[in-house]
Amino acid sequence: MNTIIFRTIAPFLVAIMVVFSVFVLLRGHNEPGGGFIGGLIAASAIAIYGIAAGVSEVRKALKIDPLAIAGFGLFIAGLAGLLSLGAEAPFLTGLWTYFEIGNAKVALSSVLIFDIGVYLVVLGTISAIALALEENEEGE
Amino acid sequence: MEFALAALVGLFFATAIYLLLSKAVIRMLLGIAILGNAVNLLIFTAGRLTREIPPIVPQGQKQLIEPFANPLPQALILTAIVIGFALFTFLLVLGYRAYQELDADDTDTMRIAEPENAPRPPLSY
Amino acid sequence: MAPSLDFTIALIPIAPFLAAFLAPWVHKFTGQYAGWILAIIPASVFVYLLNFIQLIASGSFVSTALEWVPSYGLNFSFFLDGLSLTFALLISGIGTIIVIYSGKYLKGHKHQGRFLAFILMFMGSMLGLVLADNMVVLFIFWELTSITSFLLIGFDHARQASRRAAIQALVVTGGGGLALLVGVILLQQVLGVWELSALRNYGQILQEQAIFPVILILFILAAFTKSAQFPFHFWLPNAMEAPTPVSAFLHSATMVKAGVYLLARMNPVLGANEIWTITLVAFGSITLLWGATWALRQSDMKQMLAQTTVASLGLLVILIGIGTDIAIAAMVIYLIAHALYKATLFLVAGIIDHGTGTREITELGGMMKLMPLTFIVAAVAAISMAGFPPAVGFFAKEEMYLALAQMEWHTIAVLIVLILGNAMMLVVGAAIAIKPFFGGLKATSIKPHDGSLALIIGPVIFGVAALSAGVFVKEFGDIFISPTASAIYNLEVENHLKWYLGMFLKPIILLSVLTWVIGGLLFWKFDEVRKILRRVDESFKWDFDIGFDWLMFGLIRFADKVTRIWHHGRLEIYMIVVFISLGVASILPLILTNSLPPVPDMPDLTFYEWGVFVMAVAGLVSVLLAKTRLVAIVSLGIQGFAVALIFLLFGAPDLAFTQFMVETLTVVILALVMTRLYLDKRDRRRFEDILRDGGLAVICGVGLMVLLMAVLQTPIDLRLSEFFAATSVPIAHGHNIVNVILVDYRGLDTFGEIAVVMAAGVSILALIRIRAGGPQTGIGAPKKSARKNITRKTTTRKKPAVKKQVSKAVAAKVATKVAVRAKAVEKNVSQKSAKTKAASKAKVVSKTKTVSKAKVASKPKTASKPKVAGKVKTKGKTKAKKGVAK
Repeated sequence: MNTIIFRTIAPFLVAIMVVFSVFVLLRGHNEPGGGFIGGLIAASAIAIYGIAAGVSEVRKALKIDPLAIAGFGLFIAGLAGLLSLGAEAPFLTGLWTYFEIGNAKVALSSVLIFDIGVYLVVLGTISAIALALEENEEGE
Repeated sequence: MEFALAALVGLFFATAIYLLLSKAVIRMLLGIAILGNAVNLLIFTAGRLTREIPPIVPQGQKQLIEPFANPLPQALILTAIVIGFALFTFLLVLGYRAYQELDADDTDTMRIAEPENAPRPPLSY
Repeated sequence: MAPSLDFTIALIPIAPFLAAFLAPWVHKFTGQYAGWILAIIPASVFVYLLNFIQLIASGSFVSTALEWVPSYGLNFSFFLDGLSLTFALLISGIGTIIVIYSGKYLKGHKHQGRFLAFILMFMGSMLGLVLADNMVVLFIFWELTSITSFLLIGFDHARQASRRAAIQALVVTGGGGLALLVGVILLQQVLGVWELSALRNYGQILQEQAIFPVILILFILAAFTKSAQFPFHFWLPNAMEAPTPVSAFLHSATMVKAGVYLLARMNPVLGANEIWTITLVAFGSITLLWGATWALRQSDMKQMLAQTTVASLGLLVILIGIGTDIAIAAMVIYLIAHALYKATLFLVAGIIDHGTGTREITELGGMMKLMPLTFIVAAVAAISMAGFPPAVGFFAKEEMYLALAQMEWHTIAVLIVLILGNAMMLVVGAAIAIKPFFGGLKATSIKPHDGSLALIIGPVIFGVAALSAGVFVKEFGDIFISPTASAIYNLEVENHLKWYLGMFLKPIILLSVLTWVIGGLLFWKFDEVRKILRRVDESFKWDFDIGFDWLMFGLIRFADKVTRIWHHGRLEIYMIVVFISLGVASILPLILTNSLPPVPDMPDLTFYEWGVFVMAVAGLVSVLLAKTRLVAIVSLGIQGFAVALIFLLFGAPDLAFTQFMVETLTVVILALVMTRLYLDKRDRRRFEDILRDGGLAVICGVGLMVLLMAVLQTPIDLRLSEFFAATSVPIAHGHNIVNVILVDYRGLDTFGEIAVVMAAGVSILALIRIRAGGPQTGIGAPKKSARKNITRKTTTRKKPAVKKQVSKAVAAKVATKVAVRAKAVEKNVSQKSAKTKAASKAKVVSKTKTVSKAKVASKPKTASKPKVAGKVKTKGKTKAKKGVAK
């Protein structure tokens, strides 16, 4: 697997996949996509990068421990739920606000924050597992 | 067409169960992976099938007009796939570590928790 | 008469629990004075209860209720009538003394705070039991007394005898409690009433029901187990394993009297019929004679007293069984008299034990001058026990003989039983009051001395109470006996107790004289009688105590056998059981209800749908047949992608994408792990196993298929889906309904699910990273700084062979290191104090242990290593032991 071609194109492939995953995440509320799928795509990207460039390289690039990313995701998902308590609505009730930027109408919602949380949990957990297994592979 | 899918679900289950009944850990793992798919397909089929019309409201419309695919089982299955994957990975690593530590991949020889000649319970207070 | 409402009586059972909660802290800060301080609570309960005497004596009662489970008509209700008041006064009064006494008796015990808490909890349970109005509340407090007495009896839990006695008491009394629960529920089903206070007028109606004997037996069973009636008597003498204050409390006014209380309380409802009378009198008589006889056999003072308690309980049960107004009045007098003298005698036994170091009556003598106060109180108690005037015990005996003063053969038989029982109990009382104090002084391990104030105050108060109750018997009768007996008898019971000269001239006094004469004769030949009884006892090979062991061990053996059958430890059989159940559960109901789906027509699939189906089937088949890892992984991927395509074809793009990603990741991860796993080329199943497993798999597959087809025949309820489809855009501002369901409608589920995913991730990492044997061993992931280190270390383990050698070398090194260290430590410590010695030794041992254990776990294959490790361990241990011994 560790061919020169793979190693060369891997960074580009990974970059494209990560951007695509964010795209999938953000459009998820209206088109097919969402936090689960986006997270899985991003995790695959990181797994591929790990195979191509080695785990320590990935860890250096990530800067943050993947499990910490997952934990952060769970945290903001919970926080998004708690936001509704401020509006005196039950836990996890969706809140929506709209911004006008130029001509475009941009929606911002607690639901989106929740979905980002899902994305981060899936991304963090699965890439943590994949990296740990790859590390193991390299190790022995 | 639902019946064709029902038959396929049956086949998925049969394969999964046959693999699970094997004593080799690795075959059981394959069985678990297939079992997950079998259950997902079962839920999917039980929620009725609709060809090619996803439950997505077209832009500019307020409501979805029939017919459309049942969104409820889809939401259930979506999380089930991810959780099933997490479970599968966990079992995979567990099997792998068990193989490493016990040097065994046959469930008949993995008897640390329930050893063949477990000591009798003490007859005292 | 209408009850007066007063919610404060509900606080009475709660107060001791609050005190129990504080007890450990009180003990921590006040030490030996904790007993005095904590006694304030029961004492104030006692004083508070005194307020009600006037009211209760006038025939009224007090009640209160808190709503509990309104849908079942259950209230948390309490009430106070004559019977409750007498019991509550005894419990709180004696309880106060016991708390003070234990403050001194267990002085310096490291768990004294805990002990005081237990005693107070027990007191609260007991108060709740006698004050409960609702029968369910009664049951709860009933079981609470079982549990708290378990804690008290097993207080000295380091001794096996204590543990056994505690378990025995719990099993017997707790088991009886279950009978009570069933009885209570049946009673409520028949009469529709939960309240005891309302129950008393339903006796007639209840006794006409066919189910009445069952209810009666259940209540009697509960009472007999709690009050240690034959054949459940054996737990009570064993409960003597508890510290003396506990015995005094449990055996005088509480625990064992709970059964008597229940019988007395239920007398208006369940009493006055043949089964009741015959059962109670017969078993009471056996218990009385049994207890009294074996009391004479004992030489340990506590054991003697315990056996007489059994006898007294039998006597009380007889009197309730007789059930006439005089018998009930006699029972109440005897109850109070017994509580006072029995508590005194137990406390005296404790003081003697405390003061001399022994409770063996044969080893004591001549302490009159050394323990004068103790002697006086013991003598007063013994007078009351023997029924001499002017103590209150005299009236108890007079009344019970009076109740049976009819010239019929069965009353005479019971009378003889009572006289014999009383005579033998007299001997025990006399023995404890006389033997230790008269005769020549015998040497004891501790120089005999009187108890201090905290120890002696209780017996003095009880003695004064017993005497004054006897002297002022008219007032005593008016205040206590008459209201209590009326509550039990359910009709007004007049008090006729008073002193007059004529009472000594009535023929009934002759029965008392007869009792004293027989008692005197037995006391004269006390040692001989004991020897004979001891010989009789030893000739029995079997008793109820051994029977209990037999029962318990039988239960354990039975459980062991059942466990061995069901938990055989063979995974494939567990799974066969599961899948047989699955197959049966999926097909059988369809066959039984004759709802098998019709055979379908050829499905109308398009050619590409057929293509996907064929792909799925091909994937499944090749997984089944795979001989190499690569084939297995690839074919697993094929069936997964086929599933994704099915999702895509039937309008589920989200699922299809997710499935694609998951299958890809599965293949990647499988490829990473599989290289390390071993896949046998052949399926190692024998032919018959293949047939069995294949058959089972086909049955389950067909079953689920048929089930699914049957489900597809039924109409589907789409209301929820339609609701989502209709409201997704207007309410939730989302066009992708699946995503809206996930993050909005069912957001809480998703939140739980991502938490599960994360938890799975953490456990997987833990599984991968925690290795036995490496220095990186620890819970959780290593720190960032350490991570590089680990990778480097793991890289050194290129081949298993190398690894073996490396770890061998490491083990050897560790062994020598530990040995050296242990020596060094030994040298060090020999100069230091013994305390630090033991501590540092322990450290070394624990270190060696973990290291050597880890090593063993890392490679079970190599035989030499565990040996080395084991040696290290034992070496370290023996050395540590030596160090401690020094």
